Amino acid sequence: MSGARCDGGHAIDRSRPVNFRWAGRDYAGFAGDTLASALLANGVRLFGRSFKYHRPRGVIAAGLDEPNAIVQLETGANTIPNLKAPYVELYEGLNAAPVNAWPSLEFDLMAVNGLFKRFIPAAFYYKTFMWPNWLLFEPAIRKAAGLGRAPEQADPDSYAQASARCDVLVVGGGLAGLAAALEHGRAGRSVLIVTGGAHWGGRLAGGADVIEGANADAWIARALAELAALPNVTLRNRTLATGSYDHGLVSLCERLTDHLPLAARRGPRQKLWRVRAGRIILATGAFERPLVFSNNDVPGVMLAGAALAYRRRHGVLAARNPVIATNNDSAWAAAFELADAGATIAAIADARPAPPEHLVAEAKRRGIAVFTGSAPEKAFGGKGVHAVAIAALDGAGRLTGAAQRIACDGVLMSGGWSPAVHLHSQSGGKLALDPALQSFVPQSLSGAPSLGAAAGDFSIANTLATARGAGAKIANDPVRPLWSISRGDDPHADAWVDLQNDVTAGDVALAARENFRSVEHLKRYTTLGMASDQGKTSNVNGIGILSDLLGRPIPEIGTTRFRPPYDPVTLGVFAGHRIGDGLHARRRLALAAAHEAAGAKMEEYGGWMRPVAYPRAGESEDEAIAREVLAVRNAVGLFEASPLGKIEVKGPDAARLLDRIYVNTVSTLKPGRCRYGLMLDENGTIFDDGIVTRLAEDHFLVGTTSGHAVTVAERLEEWLQCEWIDLEVVTQDVTGCWAVLNIAGPLARTVLEGIESDIDFGREAFPHMTHREGRLAGLEARIARVSFSGELSYEIAVPWRDAARLWDALLQAGAPHGLSLFGIEALMTLRIEKGFLHVGSETDGATQPQDVGFAGALAAKKSDHVGRRSTSRPDSVRDGRRQLVGIAMADGRPVEPGAHIVRPGAEGEIGSDGWITSAAWSPTLSAPVALAMIDGGFARLGEDVRVWNLGQWREARVVEPCRYDPQGARLNV
Amino acid sequence: MLLIDCPWCGPRSEHEFRCGGESHIARPGPPENVADGEWADYLFYRTNPKGEHLERWLHRFGCGRWFNIARNTVDHRITAIYGMTDPKPEPRA
Amino acid sequence: MTRYSAWSLLRAGLSGQKNWAPAWRDASPKAGYDAVVIGGGGHGLATAYYLARVHGLRNVALLERGWIGGGNTGRNTTVIRSNYFFPESTRFYDFALGLYEGLSSELNYNIMFSRRGMWMLAHDRHGVEMLRRSANAMLRNGAAVEMHDGEEVRRRIPGLNPDPRFPVIAGLLQPRGGTARHDAVAWGYARGADALGVDIIQNCEVLGFDIAGGRVRGVKTSRGDIACDRIGMAVAGHSSVMAQLAGFRLPITSYALQAFVSEPMKPVLDTIVLAPATGVYVSQSDKGELVFGGALDLFPSYAQRGSLPALEQAVAGLIDMFPQFSRVRMLRQWAGIVDVVHDSTPILGESPVDGLYLNCGWGTGGFKAIPAGGYCLAHQIATGTPHPLAAAFSLDRFRTGALIDEAAASGIAH
Repeated sequence: MSGARCDGGHAIDRSRPVNFRWAGRDYAGFAGDTLASALLANGVRLFGRSFKYHRPRGVIAAGLDEPNAIVQLETGANTIPNLKAPYVELYEGLNAAPVNAWPSLEFDLMAVNGLFKRFIPAAFYYKTFMWPNWLLFEPAIRKAAGLGRAPEQADPDSYAQASARCDVLVVGGGLAGLAAALEHGRAGRSVLIVTGGAHWGGRLAGGADVIEGANADAWIARALAELAALPNVTLRNRTLATGSYDHGLVSLCERLTDHLPLAARRGPRQKLWRVRAGRIILATGAFERPLVFSNNDVPGVMLAGAALAYRRRHGVLAARNPVIATNNDSAWAAAFELADAGATIAAIADARPAPPEHLVAEAKRRGIAVFTGSAPEKAFGGKGVHAVAIAALDGAGRLTGAAQRIACDGVLMSGGWSPAVHLHSQSGGKLALDPALQSFVPQSLSGAPSLGAAAGDFSIANTLATARGAGAKIANDPVRPLWSISRGDDPHADAWVDLQNDVTAGDVALAARENFRSVEHLKRYTTLGMASDQGKTSNVNGIGILSDLLGRPIPEIGTTRFRPPYDPVTLGVFAGHRIGDGLHARRRLALAAAHEAAGAKMEEYGGWMRPVAYPRAGESEDEAIAREVLAVRNAVGLFEASPLGKIEVKGPDAARLLDRIYVNTVSTLKPGRCRYGLMLDENGTIFDDGIVTRLAEDHFLVGTTSGHAVTVAERLEEWLQCEWIDLEVVTQDVTGCWAVLNIAGPLARTVLEGIESDIDFGREAFPHMTHREGRLAGLEARIARVSFSGELSYEIAVPWRDAARLWDALLQAGAPHGLSLFGIEALMTLRIEKGFLHVGSETDGATQPQDVGFAGALAAKKSDHVGRRSTSRPDSVRDGRRQLVGIAMADGRPVEPGAHIVRPGAEGEIGSDGWITSAAWSPTLSAPVALAMIDGGFARLGEDVRVWNLGQWREARVVEPCRYDPQGARLNV
Repeated sequence: MLLIDCPWCGPRSEHEFRCGGESHIARPGPPENVADGEWADYLFYRTNPKGEHLERWLHRFGCGRWFNIARNTVDHRITAIYGMTDPKPEPRA
Repeated sequence: MTRYSAWSLLRAGLSGQKNWAPAWRDASPKAGYDAVVIGGGGHGLATAYYLARVHGLRNVALLERGWIGGGNTGRNTTVIRSNYFFPESTRFYDFALGLYEGLSSELNYNIMFSRRGMWMLAHDRHGVEMLRRSANAMLRNGAAVEMHDGEEVRRRIPGLNPDPRFPVIAGLLQPRGGTARHDAVAWGYARGADALGVDIIQNCEVLGFDIAGGRVRGVKTSRGDIACDRIGMAVAGHSSVMAQLAGFRLPITSYALQAFVSEPMKPVLDTIVLAPATGVYVSQSDKGELVFGGALDLFPSYAQRGSLPALEQAVAGLIDMFPQFSRVRMLRQWAGIVDVVHDSTPILGESPVDGLYLNCGWGTGGFKAIPAGGYCLAHQIATGTPHPLAAAFSLDRFRTGALIDEAAASGIAH
């Protein structure tokens, strides 16, 4: 037992006890406690085991600088690994456990590592575990590493995201932040002030300081009341600023329900705020540095400021009989205030030979033993400190003379204060060393000034004055730099610098000895500062030790980069609504409900949920596809083609634009006629294909593939706005305006002629590759007689809202003729039988028009078009390019798309001649059909080849791509 | 996350835009007069400066207009926003 | 060079770890060298090492502007694989993988190459066809891969979301793929090169080149001029900047590629998984951190820092794969600057300046190539001719059009 409840504690409510569970035992605290404060109040000192050596560790900090007290909160779906006990608010029923200890915290088998510590210093793993190879050792290392356990169930919580703008964002709810918010709030600016914790007032709350004549708590309450009353000021607690990004964007993570009992939680758990502010005021405070001495990791060794914080916030004495060890004034004040609260201060050791007179006098008045020019040499104790040795320091800061052993139940240390410069630095701000503080302080940054302790200003009066624009230059009393405490020049191998990652001063010396002397090398080689506290207590000490070792000043050593986030952030909050369909919307067809009602199997194709096929009861998918294909070949079928891209292109220069876009000539097209066209990118690669229709002299409808409608529309605009700005053309993507039904098959015309219409569907009146506008079944319709199936085929577009009426009309008129619905796989089979190209299957990033049979179109075109020049580069005109062919399987069984084609005799060579791009079973031919892209394919018709698929060889022959109606007779019926 | 001042819509978040890469690249032609090397230069070779970059952006989820900006590629500061046909701004360090 | 072993650690343990020598010397530049390598990342250090070891060149300097391993070598997600589409790529990356497998032993430095396998998933029918096309290409190119259906993928990757937005229909496993400790690769090569006499010169910025008659004669640095007529540059991310100093441009644009790590946790994921639909990939490091990444930031950048949009997309993709990671917390985000070229294939070989050779254009995948990139650049510098493995990666392909478009061919981001 060590810690105990004392009086005071501004944050706790003693009338509301809270029961909780820690490491399998039940405890009680008060509302307003944190897990750490409640455990300390219960006398708990052992909080966890260290990462590498599994040494017993206690809490050393009172905030998210805590490196040791890392816990697993809750179990099952609610579990969260690696939370910092001083930052976990207590709630009724809270259940937490230590991490990294097995079988128990008290008795941890892996503590055996500590016995071998001398043989496994920092980075030892680079020097061993190589024979026979790393894989032999890795599983054991992996098992030993890691802290908490990942959840195994999906997250039951949701997360929100929001954006906000304000004139002034104040980060930090201590004195500096509140003063700045008041100043800007009174001036009428919109102000958002945030603090990461539950409470306002920072370190001053609950203390004895006098602010502008008032007691600290009274001043804070008054400030909060005034801010709350200002309509232009928003206060958000439990809201941590986690990162500063481009153009002044600050990310905040607000914890909405984490402080509530599990059963009382409603709504999103946390919320990500993206804030843009005209001005950002960084009042983020400062972190106290530990002293680096032997066994400084024994539970009970703690930051003096943290002990004071527990006393002020929670009415907890972390130690009842502590020794204070410091190199600056702040710990003296802490000692006196703790003594006032009932602690018996065993001694104060100050590294400075002559601390301020008034402090020494006050200590003497209280009967506290004072050791000046002295420092702790070693802490004694296993799972809790019971004594500390104090020795004198020589002029060089090395221990000298006999040490005096002082019994105690805690060592409260202060190695000075380092401003929290993280956001400043992330914003691009520079840092400079303050020689008095021996820490990095922010250099002025326009638009994002630091204020108060974050700026290295520890004066209440001056901070208030600076907040009001009248501050003086900061003058701090100098600390005595004391980076590591040892008897010789060698830093001690048992003096911890980074407690979470188990990096000692000796490890820093080892790194320097091995030439890992850049501060980044030091970090990476020893892992100093890379733990989940991001080095908040360790970075500056590490730099200081390196500076001493190398005899180079600290500014020359510099700091590592400060990377977001400031403290670890729940992944879910970054995903927000982007889970499930929120990640990527599924696009629904105009007739989605009708397809589902008709028994369609729906799958996603290029972002659209589309019918694969319409299997009937007892029918397999393959059987359904075959039936649908035969229906189209022999009677008539109906297919929804709404995703086909439709872009209106209009204006006096529309034809000129499209001549430059398509490989084919468009300007010669007559109104009312359609033409198939290929589009390239500037690299000559086939980018899209489709039907272009001339609606009028100055008006075209550009058809694109389903997946490319948006991209083609954007590219047209890019050419118009950025390159051919003189062309008078407007474009509009109308894909989502027109639903499209494709009726295909020899009876398609018969069906249409059975529906009321002002359009003449006669063979001569409405030939293949023409377009008509008119009314069909009372609906405004655009009808193109075009075909992707090789049969008589009409694509009928009606306004999206009218799709169901068209559908009904076609089904009704088609029923007597055996009209069958067909899905996308049947359509693919039909086009593969015909050898029609499908962009993205047959083509890839290297495919040019001449590779797929359009050399003639290229040659016929007289003018420039996008990508034209690329088709005459040396590689574009070489022999042996991959070319489109058909593949006939010798064994009559279907082939898998993605199988590769190999020359007989080349089976043992590396590589292949190409691959199957599309394949299907053709019910029309009762044979498998396949398309392939193979080297020099056009010249290889009739050649026998071998087909390789995942280790299996089969025989095949290269044939023409088109296997059905090569003359196209069925198109012109 | 960049904040881009669209000349038509005002300042909007990066989410709404698409960067189209370096601007002011002249398309050579007619094709029969362009050497392979010149064409490769147009297609692939870029200034890629560490510093001020003149580039074009599309306000994709907004007005759908392209415009030019001058942006520092190190700190991402935007120093000029101008139309597609406007002259290049004076270079800055 | 002190040989590293369990015994040397034991000895050092008894003497308080005092007897270790520097892993490499901090050299000062001399007036001239037989060969100079610019860039102290993995590729540059490997180049220097192989110049000395394979080609016997000992009078070699490696110039680094900051600290070695500080560029992309120290900022990536450490994935090593050779599952490429085109034979030229597979051969090259497979060579790199082979060198990686023997690297700890060769360098006497544990780079912790961890063969944990790499999965690529397929989400729809077209994806399966493309995956099969890739699988067969890899098999034909000599890279061992296995293709499995969705059920088997879920059995082999415990914890994979059974009902994700982007369904897992199939997966392609390269069992030889893995990860390595990225910093150790740089340090191991540095130690090896130093032991063979290479001068590793940190804090030495290249300010310009001495070029006469189209031939390089030397390099001007912040620490003085160095005469040398064989210079290799391996400064990916900043290749264009270096090229500009030498008076030419490259077909490269620099982009930021971000990476993210979670807090360390006990082992939950023992392989690497890539979901093409979101471009997100994830593994778990030996320290227990989830290491994940996604797409590039969408505008040219030389800023080595993170941003929110790419982070939000990457996390969303990760949670679609593993919804239980939603409550895990992100520890750090950062960015490296990568050379993006049109065809996602590196540039290795001659530059427009005689005697100045290129190693650049690695896109997002430079780490996995380090041993081969260094090996081939060393060959080019030492012999003046391209190594056969790198012959197809010449700068001239942008003129001829003989691009090797990995991304477009396989539908997988590289």
